[in-house]
Parts: sequence; structure tokens; C-alpha cells
Amino acid sequence: MTYEDRLQNVSVLGAAGKMGSGILLLTAVEMADISLKPENKGKSFVLNAIDVSPEGLSGLMKYLRAQIRKVAEKKTVLLRKLYADRDDLIENYDIIDEYIFDVMNIVRPVTTMAAAYQSTLVFEAVSENRDLKVKLLSDIDNNNEKGAWYFTNTSSVPINLIEKEAKLEGRILGFHFYNPPAVQRLVELIVTEKTMDEVENFAKDYAKNLKKIIVPSNDFAGFIGNGHFMRDALHGISEAKALAEEKNIPLYKAIYIINKITQDYLVRPMGIFQLIDYVGIDVVQFILNVMNPFVSDEDLHSDVLDKLMLQGVKGGQLSSGAQKDGFMKYKSGRIVAVWDMHKQTYVETEKFQDECNEMMGELPSSAVAWKSILRNKKKDDLLAAFFNDLKSSSDLGSSIAVKYGRRSKAIGEKLVTDNVANETDHVNTVMLTGFFHAYGPVNNFFD
Amino acid sequence: MAAGFNTVSMGTGRKEFNPKKARPGLEYYFKEAGQGTIKQIGDADKIDEISIGNFMAARFNKQANLPGFAAYIDDKLQWKPSISVEGACGSGGLSLMYGIRSVLAETADVVLSMGIEVQNTVKAIYGADILAGAGWYQKRKNGHAYFFPGQFSDRAGAYYEKVGMDKARAGMKQWFINAMENARLDPTAQEFHNKVPDLSALYDKFRPNGAAFVDNLTVLDCSKVSDGASSILICSEEGLEKLGIDKKDAVEVVGFGHVVRNITNDPEDLTELKTIKKAAHKAMENAGVSINDIGTIETHDCFSIAGILATEALGLAPDGGGADYVAAGNTARDGAMPMNTTGGLIGWGHPTGGTGVHQAVTIWQQLTGKAGDAQINISDDRPYGMTINMGGDDVTVVSIVYKKP
Repeated sequence: MTYEDRLQNVSVLGAAGKMGSGILLLTAVEMADISLKPENKGKSFVLNAIDVSPEGLSGLMKYLRAQIRKVAEKKTVLLRKLYADRDDLIENYDIIDEYIFDVMNIVRPVTTMAAAYQSTLVFEAVSENRDLKVKLLSDIDNNNEKGAWYFTNTSSVPINLIEKEAKLEGRILGFHFYNPPAVQRLVELIVTEKTMDEVENFAKDYAKNLKKIIVPSNDFAGFIGNGHFMRDALHGISEAKALAEEKNIPLYKAIYIINKITQDYLVRPMGIFQLIDYVGIDVVQFILNVMNPFVSDEDLHSDVLDKLMLQGVKGGQLSSGAQKDGFMKYKSGRIVAVWDMHKQTYVETEKFQDECNEMMGELPSSAVAWKSILRNKKKDDLLAAFFNDLKSSSDLGSSIAVKYGRRSKAIGEKLVTDNVANETDHVNTVMLTGFFHAYGPVNNFFD
Repeated sequence: MAAGFNTVSMGTGRKEFNPKKARPGLEYYFKEAGQGTIKQIGDADKIDEISIGNFMAARFNKQANLPGFAAYIDDKLQWKPSISVEGACGSGGLSLMYGIRSVLAETADVVLSMGIEVQNTVKAIYGADILAGAGWYQKRKNGHAYFFPGQFSDRAGAYYEKVGMDKARAGMKQWFINAMENARLDPTAQEFHNKVPDLSALYDKFRPNGAAFVDNLTVLDCSKVSDGASSILICSEEGLEKLGIDKKDAVEVVGFGHVVRNITNDPEDLTELKTIKKAAHKAMENAGVSINDIGTIETHDCFSIAGILATEALGLAPDGGGADYVAAGNTARDGAMPMNTTGGLIGWGHPTGGTGVHQAVTIWQQLTGKAGDAQINISDDRPYGMTINMGGDDVTVVSIVYKKP
């Protein structure tokens, strides 16, 4: 079966979700582009968008229409060539509208799993629940006579377990997109010991056509991305607790400080607590729970997260993409308050930020902002100068930042010694492309 | 001509431009530009007629019947004759020609000539469809997604073959640099806020890429997508007196050339702007002047290559010598023939139907000493200015020669 044949009947499970909808969009566009090739005219291409939520699927179709328009507007030069034989399509308007229809015409929104029985390729992007994933995939495979291949988007569950428990020997791999899939270029590719070469090769071709950057990760719970992020987040939480105790300040102030240090001092796109909120406190807790049984030399668990969940503080995003409140409260994307776990209320940052900023000390004048440095050619020199100043400063902010940078590096190196990543470069690539860091965690800046 | 006025050319480049936020529409630009001129004469009732140059309000703004907006500008313009003229990006020039002819025919002493376009209502990829109306629609199907950049990319490609790509692009680069540097001197220019320290390096960073845009041009070779309007009064001598405008504040229209070529034909030679050549020479002949008498020119540089080719069409540079002529700095504000001294279409902006009038306003400003920071020296031995306004791919061209007071 050729690459194109494999893509004639595809299903996405959890298609209305945040990850599923992105995967569906990318796959629909890829399939439509294949169907528009002259040699494929007359062949049918079907992409089942499977989800339990009818409302979600309805929203998905709207999302698709808007996103496909954006895709089409960016490649109109090419589309004019693809539709050159259509005399009725003259203006860009005509051509873009036709393309939107042609892509959407491939998509079948359905709520029943049976649609996947005819598929030769199944993407799994349901919630991060091992039992659910196993149940769905084994149900489908029991009814599917096409010898379907399964790409799971799990960010934490070891692939070999799903493979074994759903009896998918050799026909499954981990294809882990980053959020949002339509924008983020990183994909972690995880094969098991049994994954067939042709499945892996297909995955590589597919990623290449989607213009994704593949980083291979070995099959350990959490893989590279969450392997680093989860430990980095736990370090942030423990630093906040230690700081609160040492300085005798409420935890919410320490959280504010650590979040600010991890953003401004470590030159990251957002602070560590904002990132946890972005991903969702519930999701982070869930991933930790999946990962923890597989590690013996550390405890991947946080009582702070447990407590927040009990208090109903979950973070995550609304379907509009707006940030829900978590560790912090947001107004048009800006942090305006921090959650006080004792009083169970948000405390406005205006009331205490001056005190916290004073404790941290002033940023050295060599400080650089993440946004301005990301594409700067002298990035490494500027970062080195800034981090050197941090190292020679005894301010609270600087010392915590330097310690954080070293811990981040140690986490990255341990992912290699634990054989999760094959090399430190892979860890750095994941953090650079999947987390938009300005520099990889394994560096010499903080030595 | 007197009492010229330009609105800001609004679009990417201006700090206050945000494509995601609602913007003023046609109504705002009509009023802003019209009142800008009326304020200089105090009373709209002194205006006899109004001519409006506009290209595609019917599609950009779903609005036709523009003459009626004259009365929206000022109550006192109600019940007066108003007309809208269209010749693609040459519409502004046609608006001027209407006024000039009306004054010459002695049917009016004071004509308010305007040009207007509000284009940021659609994304560039759809704007390209609308602007393609300046070409022959029968050729749209086989044209480029970005139709007009495609047309001038072909011209640039032919010119690269003729003189060599490096040489051609060196000239085009200098044209771009002049445009940005001049625009920085005019607060209404779209690139007024441009602060790029090394324009040459910026230009070099962009390479033409046919997969993403067109084969032989980059976005830096193109004029802007702009919202804007301009207005100016065209008066007889009696009209000037009636308005109480001192002759030192007016420029004299001494000649014009207005010609078209068959829109259904491809240009015979892609490296020649033949219609511009004919119109400009006709204007000079009509004015009884030669190119050596002219002190500054506003030419229609919708693309940098059009600026280069115009220097050849005007006889400033020999055939194939335009790129060298520009690269040597001859068209810079302190060069032998200062051109587009407030940035032209690439630097000041290109509200398509408004551009012809904007060019006249710029020449009026330069010849009467009203150009502010952008003022150049106009010597008494070369007291003339010239505008060249082109519609489509060298199809509808108006050229006018003006004399300083």
C-alpha cells in the first residue's frame, strides 16, 4: 500500500478536542492536496472526525472552515496551478472557496466509533487515559479488517503498553504533536520494539509533508517533552514552597516570584506557573500520575497540585483559546492575581507585586527579553552576558534563576542517561521547538 | 492649482494601523481630504464642480455612485455638479484631467479635484483580485495569484535578461532606499515611521521567491496597500482671484498628455513603458519644455521596476541605462533629477484611485515651498515639475507639467 493509498480512509478519534481538531485539520489538508493531483481524480478520500460530542463536532466544522481559509490564503499561488483546468474558477476568491469546500468535503463528522472500521490509518487523540485509549483501539481493531495502523498522540503513556494491551503488535507508534498542532512544528516520534519499519517510514513521510520537525523519543512515560516539563514544573513548585518558608511569606507571593523569575530571568515565553495553567493543572496532575509508577529514583507528584484540584482550580483553556484561571488569574492574557490556597481566593498582584519585586532585586541592565532575542543573530552572546551577570549577583532573583537554570540542565542530561532521549540535542530541540524556549536546557550558561 | 491636501496614507507601516481593528471608511477620507482643501479657502460655495478619481470602491467598499459624496463633504457642495472617473490606478490623473478640461472649456472657474481609495477592507490575496480589474479580465485566469505584481515581475524578468539581474536589482534597491528615506520626511507618508537603520541590508535580505510570491520581485519592490485621499483645486485665473489665493501659493498647469493603449494587447516590449513615454513627451511638448527644464518629477512607481523603466521612457537614461542612472543617485532628493520626493507609491503609499491627485499635491507643495521637511530646492532655471500617473500595465496614462509661481 502506497503512502497515498494509506491516506484514502483515515479516522481521528477525539477529533473535536484541542489536539484532535488540529490533527484533523492538518490531515484533511494533506489528504485534499493528494486528492487534487490529476492522477488521483476519481478516487475517494474519507477522513472520519470521530468524537462523542455532537456540539464539539459542530464547533470543529466551524474551526475547520476558518483554518482552511487561512491555509488556502497562504498557498493561493499553488492552488491556482492545481485548479488551472477549472475554467469556472478565475479569481483567488473562487479558487480559495473551492479549496475550502474540497477539503471539508473529505471530512465526515460522526459520533460512532464504527466509522473507523474501514480506515487504514487511525489517529488517537482522546483524553490522556490509558484504559480508555486501550479500550477504543482494541474495539476498533477487532472490527477492522484493513490491518489499520494506529498513531497515538499520547504525551505520557508508554506506547508498548497500549500496543500490548490492545493487541496491535507492530502497527502502532507514538506521534505526539504539540499544542496547537497546526502551529507547533515539533512532533515527538516514539516507536516500540515491535513497530514495523513501514509504519515508521510512513510516519516520517507524513511529518515531512506536514512540514513538522521530528524528534525521536524512546518509549518511556512522558517522553522527552513532558519528561523535562514535569520535572521543571515540580522544581518550580518546590522552589516556591522553600521560598515561602525561608522568607516567611505566603505561598502565593512565592509563586508570583518564581513565575516571574522563570519568565524574565530565564528568558522564557512564559513563567513556569503560567505554563502549568496553560497546559491545565488537571492535565499536569494526570501526566504525573501516569509517569510516576515508571520511575524508581524520584517521586513525580505534587501535593500543591492535588490541593488545587480539590479546590476546583484547574487552569486550561476555553474552546476560544482564552486562558482559564489557575495558579493565576488572567485578564486579556495578562496576569492580574494569584490564587491564595489558604483563603481560597485570588489576591490581586497590584497589592503585593512591589514588595515581591523588591525582594527579587533589580534585573541586571544586560537583561534581554524573550520576544526580542528569539531571532537575534547574537542571541548566544547576549544570553551569556546576561546569565554571567546573574551568576555574579547575589540578589534573590539572580540566585534562584541560576539554580533553576542548573536544575533544568540536570533534568535534560538525566533524560539522556535514563535513555529517554538518545542525545542532549534532542532534548534541546524539543524545548526550543515544542516549548519555544530561546535556548536549550543543556547549555553552559549557568555552569 | 492650489490648496492641495493629503490625508495620511494608512496601512502597514503606520504605527496606528492595526489590521484587526475597525478603521475609518470612504466617508472619513472624503470628508478629511475635501475639508482639508476647503479650510484653505474658507467657503465651499466658491467651488463650481467636483471631480472624484476612484478605482474600485464598488468592490473594496461595495459602494458606487461616489459623486453624491461631494455633498457629504460639505453642505454647500449639494446641488453642484460632481463626477466620478475611473481609469484604474490612473483614476486620480483622470480626475485632474476632468478639472483641467472643465476650466479650459470655461464651464468652471474652480474645480475641486479629488482622488480616493480605501483598500484595507480585504486581505491582500483578495485585494489582488480586485486590483486585477486594471488588466483585461480575459487574462485573469492565466494570471498570477498576485496579478499585478505578476505583470511587473514579468517586466522585471525581461529587464534582468536585458541588462543583467545584479545591475537591475542594484538600481531597484536604490529606488527603494530613496523611497523610504523620502517618506521619512513626510508625516502623511505610510513609511513615515520607518526607522530601519540599514535599508540596503534589508533589501538584500529579501530574494525573489516565486513559490511564495512572484518570480522577480519581493514585497520591497512593491507599492503599499493604502487607504487615503487627496484633493486640490484647479482654477482659472479668475477662479484664483475669486478665492483670494495669491499666485505665489499656486502652480500653473502648463501642459498635459493623456493617452491610452489597447488593454487587450500585451506590451510589445516588456522593458519599455511606451504609454508613459508618449504621455510624458506629449505633456512636455504641450508645455513647450524639455526634460532639462524640469526640476522634479512624481512618477508612478507601483513597482521599483516601473520607476527604473520610467527614467528610460522620459529620456533621462538611455535604453537599458535606467538601473545605472538610479543606482548612481540621480533620482535621489539631492540628485540630478529628484523623483518622488515624499516617497512615491512605494514610500508614501498607493491609495490607487487617489495617487494621481497625491502626485499633483506633492508637486504643488514642492513648487510653492510648502513641502516642510521634504522640501527640495527648485532652482529658477528649472522651474517645472511633472507628474506621471499610470492605470494598469502602462494602459491609461496622464502626465502633467506644472510651473512654479
